[in-house]
Amino acid sequence: MLDAKGMDGRSLIRRRAGLRLWLSAGWLTLLCLAALFAPWIAPKDPLAQDLFLGRMPPFWMAGSEPGYWLGTDSLGRDVLSRIIHGARVALTVALVAGVITCLIGATLGLLAGFLRGWVDMVISRLIDIWMAFPPVLFSILLIAVLGPGLISIIIAIVVIDWTRFARVVRAEAMAQGAMDYVASARVAGRGRIGIMLREILPNVLPTICVLLTLEMGIAVIVEAILSFVNLSISTDDPTWGGMISEGRTAIHQAWWVLVFPLITLFLTVLSFSQLGEGLKDRFDPVLR
Amino acid sequence: MYEYLDQDEDRQVHADGPPSAEATGRAVIRLLATRLLTTLVTLAGVAVIVFFVIRVVPGNPIAMMLPPGATDEDIARLSALYGLDKPMVTQFGIWVAGVLQGDFGTSITTRQPVLDLVLGRLPATLELAIMALVLAVILGGTAALIGTRFRGGRREGAIDVANGMALSVPDFLWGLVLILLFGVLWPIFHISGRVTPSLDLPFTTDFYLFESLLRLRFDLWADIVAHMFMPALALAIPLAAIIGQLLKQSLKETMNLDYVTLARTKGYGETRVILREALRNAALPTLTLVGVQFTFLIGGTVIIERLFSYEGLGNMAIDAVINRDLPLIQGIVLLFALIFTGVNLIVDLLYAVLNPRLRHA
Amino acid sequence: MTYLSIRDLSVRLKGGPSLLRRVSLDVEPGEVRGLVGESGAGKSMIGKAVLGILPPSVEITGGQILLDGTDLLTLPPKDRRRRIGASCALIPQDPLTALNPSHRIGPQITDRLVDILGWTRADAEARAKALLAEVQIPDPDRVLRAYPHELSGGMRQRILIASAFAAEPKLIVADEPTTALDVTVQKQILKLIAGMQARHGTALLFVTHDLGVVSKVCQYLSVLYAGMVVEDATVVDFFAAPRHAYSAALLAATPKYTDPAAGLNPVPDAVIDAVRAEVAAFDRGSA
Ligand SMILES: Nc1ncnc2c1ncn2[C@@H]1O[C@H](COP(=O)(O)OP(=O)(O)O)[C@@H](O)[C@H]1O
Ligand SMILES: [Mg+2]
Repeated sequence: MLDAKGMDGRSLIRRRAGLRLWLSAGWLTLLCLAALFAPWIAPKDPLAQDLFLGRMPPFWMAGSEPGYWLGTDSLGRDVLSRIIHGARVALTVALVAGVITCLIGATLGLLAGFLRGWVDMVISRLIDIWMAFPPVLFSILLIAVLGPGLISIIIAIVVIDWTRFARVVRAEAMAQGAMDYVASARVAGRGRIGIMLREILPNVLPTICVLLTLEMGIAVIVEAILSFVNLSISTDDPTWGGMISEGRTAIHQAWWVLVFPLITLFLTVLSFSQLGEGLKDRFDPVLR
Repeated sequence: MYEYLDQDEDRQVHADGPPSAEATGRAVIRLLATRLLTTLVTLAGVAVIVFFVIRVVPGNPIAMMLPPGATDEDIARLSALYGLDKPMVTQFGIWVAGVLQGDFGTSITTRQPVLDLVLGRLPATLELAIMALVLAVILGGTAALIGTRFRGGRREGAIDVANGMALSVPDFLWGLVLILLFGVLWPIFHISGRVTPSLDLPFTTDFYLFESLLRLRFDLWADIVAHMFMPALALAIPLAAIIGQLLKQSLKETMNLDYVTLARTKGYGETRVILREALRNAALPTLTLVGVQFTFLIGGTVIIERLFSYEGLGNMAIDAVINRDLPLIQGIVLLFALIFTGVNLIVDLLYAVLNPRLRHA
Repeated sequence: MTYLSIRDLSVRLKGGPSLLRRVSLDVEPGEVRGLVGESGAGKSMIGKAVLGILPPSVEITGGQILLDGTDLLTLPPKDRRRRIGASCALIPQDPLTALNPSHRIGPQITDRLVDILGWTRADAEARAKALLAEVQIPDPDRVLRAYPHELSGGMRQRILIASAFAAEPKLIVADEPTTALDVTVQKQILKLIAGMQARHGTALLFVTHDLGVVSKVCQYLSVLYAGMVVEDATVVDFFAAPRHAYSAALLAATPKYTDPAAGLNPVPDAVIDAVRAEVAAFDRGSA
């Protein structure tokens, strides 16, 4: 029975939150499809150079070349095709690095938060040490050590970002561990590992899912940053960060080399994050 | 009519007495001691990790320094010069002993003392971080105040959406967006460097921003700000969003408290009540969280400096990694760790000092 | 002439049920009116409506609040605020939360005098000192410079009383001013308020759920049930012979100070049912 006046601006926004969730999911699905079917969708070969077609503007501008919808970079490679193929790297990193980071970080956090004692001591100290590293510098350092490549990027992300999960899951597990239902499970004679997996884990799972979604967005950014400083995979292979890096240097001559990958990256990161926030709202009984 | 009240004649008025300054002082000292201890453990951990991780680097940095055609003997001689021929644990011991005496070793690429190099770049990064912090506080604070003043309305909704966006996208991307907007589309700011290179700089310190102000050289100051503004803004946007969200939440809760209601009955308007009655009490809980977030901001300077070709510590760090300049990498990472833990320590102390006033409330 | 006159005031939760149902009551200059009723009856709501501090979730749907002949509800917000600030004051329920923890006591008493009434700071400070002496606070100079957390609850309530009387208001709303205090301090505070009211000749709207307190402090009272005034009488008449069955039952349920051993008589269900029916009939009639 709420009339239009009783519905304030915030609840209108809240209603639109559902829309944002759908838009984010839609964009990510589109991206997944593009990545899966890249060789068939991409109009050109992303590696094919043609020095006669360097820095062609996108299709609506004068001097554009038919077939190169979003223009070409300085080596005459098709921007659109490179973006589509770049989605493969970005999403692989997001998925693989995200899941592994999640598994390792959440496990450590769960152990620290539930077992307490010296386990917690060690893990907490490790988290403190990790938090004292500037993350971007740390990842660059790791890539320098491991050598460039997809696997190196994934390892670097896992090594750096496990604390994100560990910190939150540890706190959550501690809070859950103090609840009555855990005490009664203990009285019922369940073992510690049993309690941890059967009682605590299901209760922190929603939080872990939210963190995982957010982590995927972060992984995409880290990959882009590493490509940007030319430390990702080989510089020929199409990555969004590599394209942005090249576009940054030619920004006054060929803005489209920077703008289109940037928009793609921006939307992707925003979508992961909005999806995470949306899930948080869904799971959080207070906000609902 | 008041006989019921007359039964009790004692008029004793009692006060609990304030928590003494000594008690507060003792608590602060105890906190300081434990925090210093954990800080030392953390720094030691950072030192160990960075030292051993970078020594797994494939490729001999010495070999990279010498011209092609250098003999193995040359390499061995130079390695001995930098102590790289000794066992790793010995190397670590030598390095730690040096660090404790303020000697961070010599940069392999520039052959200058690491400490000098690092201290030469630190002011640029500090100025950038501080400017970003100031921008974040101004932007986030304004958003929170406007959102609170017009709470429940469309303006609050708009601020929530803007905050959500700002928070979702990291500084690196904001930096790129800003470059496009204010560097290319509407070029009002510089997109690379710290000052225009052709300018004649009369500075004796590396704190260009502050020194230009002190020397009243507003022309130079304007040039420096025009260079710093965009990288600082890129760093500030996510932090501003966090400040905006937390402070607004805290303000809205405070606005329902009794002393705020009482102030309304005195005849004050909404804006005045928010600023005078609610703001100070609402700001304190935001402080600790902002402290942690500020360390994230400092971490962000690494890539932002690269993006804007700003000659600070972060930019030097990336070069050092690319050049495999081991002593320089060690020095920079340790310095960052020192700054991070230092900021956290300061925030904790600040909170402990400010808090007793609220302890009884 | 009547100082405060509330006429047919109706308040409801936005898009929800009624909280006040055509409430009418008068307070003459210098007189004390008690407002009694069970918890949730709407007593505080009346006080808040008068002082212009209703929560944003409720709205006024009808009626007038005449202060010295002017309807507050028709004034522009700023004028209304100023007028209330200059001529009315609140003694709040919980002294522990009603003082701003980050300001010293002094400014919290003098702010209205300086900012709203345009006094000089020196005058306002002298006034604050005199008031603290009047509410029997030792060492006023020290207290004026103290922060709230350095003072006890009873002390803080004295300060709030001093602050309420600072601008010589014509009307004070006291919302259960002793409920949150220790029993031993309650009596002192009650006596202090009564004494100050008599000396300053201030009209007082005294919200309480304790008829015993009403009998000591008030000359008139309004009994409230579910936001409806069920009885409006002088205290003498009321205690001699309440007219409404609900207020009679309320009176019977109040422990007697003269005879505490008499025990409690809970309000009978039949009376509750009757008064509920009355409220329902009212809602039907006004719908
Ligand atoms: N901020 C509020 N928002 C919505 N309803 C309220 C609010 N404050 C009080 N109410 C409702 O208004 C009614 C009267 O409350 P109140 O005047 O505080 O009662 P009391 O007589 O105990 O002082 C109660 O039913 C209460 O639930
Ligand atoms: Mg009440």
